[in-house]
Amino acid sequence: MSDYILQLQNITKVFPGVKALDNVTFSVERGHVHALVGENGAGKSTLIKVICGVYPYGTYDGTVSFDGQQCKFRTIRDVEKAGIVCIHQEMNLIPDMSIAENVFINNQPNKMGVIDFDEQHERCRKLLQEVGLNVNPEEMVRNLGVGQQQMVEIAKALARDVKLLLLDEPTAALTEAEVDILLDLVDKLRSDGVTCIYISHRLDEIMRLCDDITILRDGQTIETRPKSKMSKDDMISLMVGREMTNLFPRVPHTRGEVGFEIRNYTVPHPDIPGRNLLNNISLKAYRGEILGISGLMGAGRTELFTAVYGAFRTKGEGEVFIDGQKVDIRHPMDALKAGYFIVSEDRKKLGLNLIMSIKENTTLSSLDKVSKFGILNDDAEVAYTTKYVKEIRTKTPSIDVAVNTLSGGNQQKVVLAKALMSDPKIIILDEPTRGIDVGAKYEIYKIMNDLVEKGVIIIMISSEMEEILGMSDRILTVAGGEITGEFDVKDATQEILMRAAVGRG
Amino acid sequence: MEKKKLSQKIDIRTLTMILVLIILWIAFTATTGGSFITTRNLSNLIRQAAFTGVMGVGMTLVIVTGGIDLSAGMTMGFIGCMMAVFQVWWGMSTPVTIALGLLLGIIIGIAEGAIIAYTGIAPFIVTLGAQLIFRGGMLAVTGGQTIAPFQESYKFWGTQYVVPMFGWILAGIAIICLLLSELSSRRAKQKYGSLNESSAEMFIRWGVFSALIAAAVWVLNDFKGIPIPVLVMAIVVVIFTFISQKTTFGRSVYAIGGNEAAAQYAGINVKKNLTIVYCLNGLLCAVAAVIYTARLNGGTAQAANGNYELDAIASAVIGGTSMSGGVGKVSGAILGAVIMMSIDNGMSMMNLDAYWQFIVKGLILVAAVWFDTQTKKRRK
Repeated sequence: MSDYILQLQNITKVFPGVKALDNVTFSVERGHVHALVGENGAGKSTLIKVICGVYPYGTYDGTVSFDGQQCKFRTIRDVEKAGIVCIHQEMNLIPDMSIAENVFINNQPNKMGVIDFDEQHERCRKLLQEVGLNVNPEEMVRNLGVGQQQMVEIAKALARDVKLLLLDEPTAALTEAEVDILLDLVDKLRSDGVTCIYISHRLDEIMRLCDDITILRDGQTIETRPKSKMSKDDMISLMVGREMTNLFPRVPHTRGEVGFEIRNYTVPHPDIPGRNLLNNISLKAYRGEILGISGLMGAGRTELFTAVYGAFRTKGEGEVFIDGQKVDIRHPMDALKAGYFIVSEDRKKLGLNLIMSIKENTTLSSLDKVSKFGILNDDAEVAYTTKYVKEIRTKTPSIDVAVNTLSGGNQQKVVLAKALMSDPKIIILDEPTRGIDVGAKYEIYKIMNDLVEKGVIIIMISSEMEEILGMSDRILTVAGGEITGEFDVKDATQEILMRAAVGRG
Repeated sequence: MEKKKLSQKIDIRTLTMILVLIILWIAFTATTGGSFITTRNLSNLIRQAAFTGVMGVGMTLVIVTGGIDLSAGMTMGFIGCMMAVFQVWWGMSTPVTIALGLLLGIIIGIAEGAIIAYTGIAPFIVTLGAQLIFRGGMLAVTGGQTIAPFQESYKFWGTQYVVPMFGWILAGIAIICLLLSELSSRRAKQKYGSLNESSAEMFIRWGVFSALIAAAVWVLNDFKGIPIPVLVMAIVVVIFTFISQKTTFGRSVYAIGGNEAAAQYAGINVKKNLTIVYCLNGLLCAVAAVIYTARLNGGTAQAANGNYELDAIASAVIGGTSMSGGVGKVSGAILGAVIMMSIDNGMSMMNLDAYWQFIVKGLILVAAVWFDTQTKKRRK
């Protein structure tokens, strides 16, 4: 008989019109790292919210047992007292407080309500050591990188004497190097006896780290198996409910003329006067190709194309050519006119207006096309939106629903529709499949191929090596604000790209 | 296309506020022995609401962008005093006076908007500064005196009524236009297969609105006719509903309020549009100033004591505008204004001390927003 720390029995959670969880049943063995895998919309987030008490006891059916006791959590504090801590996808740190203040927020060592700063500092220092973060506990969280912030989140969990740690897409925003550190840390936590539930779209991480794997699909638990009895292909086919032979729909592209060129482009550092974030960058992109941009986060990839878009905090200097014509872009408006569109890595903050409908989001960058003398033509709006919903197969009950009700993959499709409607010559896809499930990823890749077929230049920035190698025709690596390598995809391997990305050419 | 439930179709917030209004009216009718519900009093009440409503419409746009205008009341008062100067002291004709007043509103609005949009100073601070400046300006211009009297043609805008016959014609036109717009949006939805209501539902909705328009005109005509300020308000609402719902500018305003960074990324000229919003708000302050001074028959620094910007903000918020931006309807501000003015009017008829008006208005404001957050939570 195995020792289970958490047992879920017939958990069912119904929202008006949707059964988000349908008889979910599985058990998590003590001291294991248990992976929870499923497409977006499979019910993972809802399940986490049930376990973490965001949906209190009584708002769902079924039983959650922790340490053999049925849980009747009413508030998140109850949950944390029991030793369950969840690290959500979006980090919950306060940027203008120090690490120590964040780690002990709501949990400060105190004497009659007066905070004992010495003890807080000391305990925080030990916790940071434990998670392998070598910074001063008094450092402001604002000044940390995303990876370091993730470690602070874990330290915060450890400060609460955690028994069960839930990690929801912890590596979504991390670079490969940071991912390594995180995985090692989870490994270490396991040997210290902490049980983890690990949610990720990155199947490699799961294969490397987890002991058991539970697959969710359409709100139901499909299967739980130990890792030894599950391959990556098994996982994918169980998740999507069909065999997926190829993750990347590669089709041969024929390279045309140079359609986009950046010459001697320099971007000053926004925070450090006198220093450049990007130094003298020159690159060319050809019609009919997908140009992959690889590199670690913080290397300046996003910043380069954002500066060209006219949306970065400091103005870049240098020349930009589109179809051989020099363009002067000061604002995204100018960029759109010139045919240059960025699909941002930050869908929710920069890509979409979440409270607006699919229709309103789709037409937002092309209002001229659906209006005369500034007056909107509803027929035209509906016609365009319907066309794109069909063309890229956005799944939605209506074009009038707010985009925050859609899954990540469908949200990304709305951003793509907005991009397509503006008739771009060059589309920058910045982490186009981040946080998107396998099925939707595949569809987005197919849309990319269609676009290239139509003569659009695609520049894809991605932290996922497999994606870069799977989809690009040519790859540039960026490190430390400079281009450190250019490869034909035939000559590139993960190792070669990684070496170029860390600047050891 | 799945059919929506009735509860999802009707805006609960609006419905509740209409209910609140009805309860208030019943309560005031009971406590004043029926004198509240006389057509004379209702006519008076709606005229008062027209002034607040016009200011509330501008405020709604500003709040939808995520901003606020604390200077609206003082701007209104200042422009009113200036128009009094133009006509009473400098002898300008009514059309010239009003044209200059509206121009002044536009200039003040553009100035505030441009400072907010191009310097990045928070709207709260810029408009708080403007509030103090125009409070001072008002005193400087008038020297604390009332500048009076206006010409008859100016007073017309605050005191006169539309001939009853003409009122009925206007109501008829409005009802027909309403039907045409319902039919056209229905046709568009049908064409693209997004139709989710039966024609009966559409006609019921049209019937209800038509009946409301007819009832309002009947009540107003029973006294003396539609007050001119109410006509002005109606025109403002129609124009601004059109601007906010049917133009690229309106769409941009909601996009900016919902997510400014994303709007900029989508290629929207955030700064220009913000400036225009404050400009329109300034224009509406000037329109309100005409109504206000024409009614008082004079320009006076007393306007500084009215806290009219707070009434405008409250009207917008009670009408469903979200302080975090991106959500709000121009027509909601009118509903909000009618509720606010009903409280003022009803309570003063009950001979209660004036402080009760503030207390009750405050409670209703907070309760409206609380109710809104509760219903939103439940729907999630």
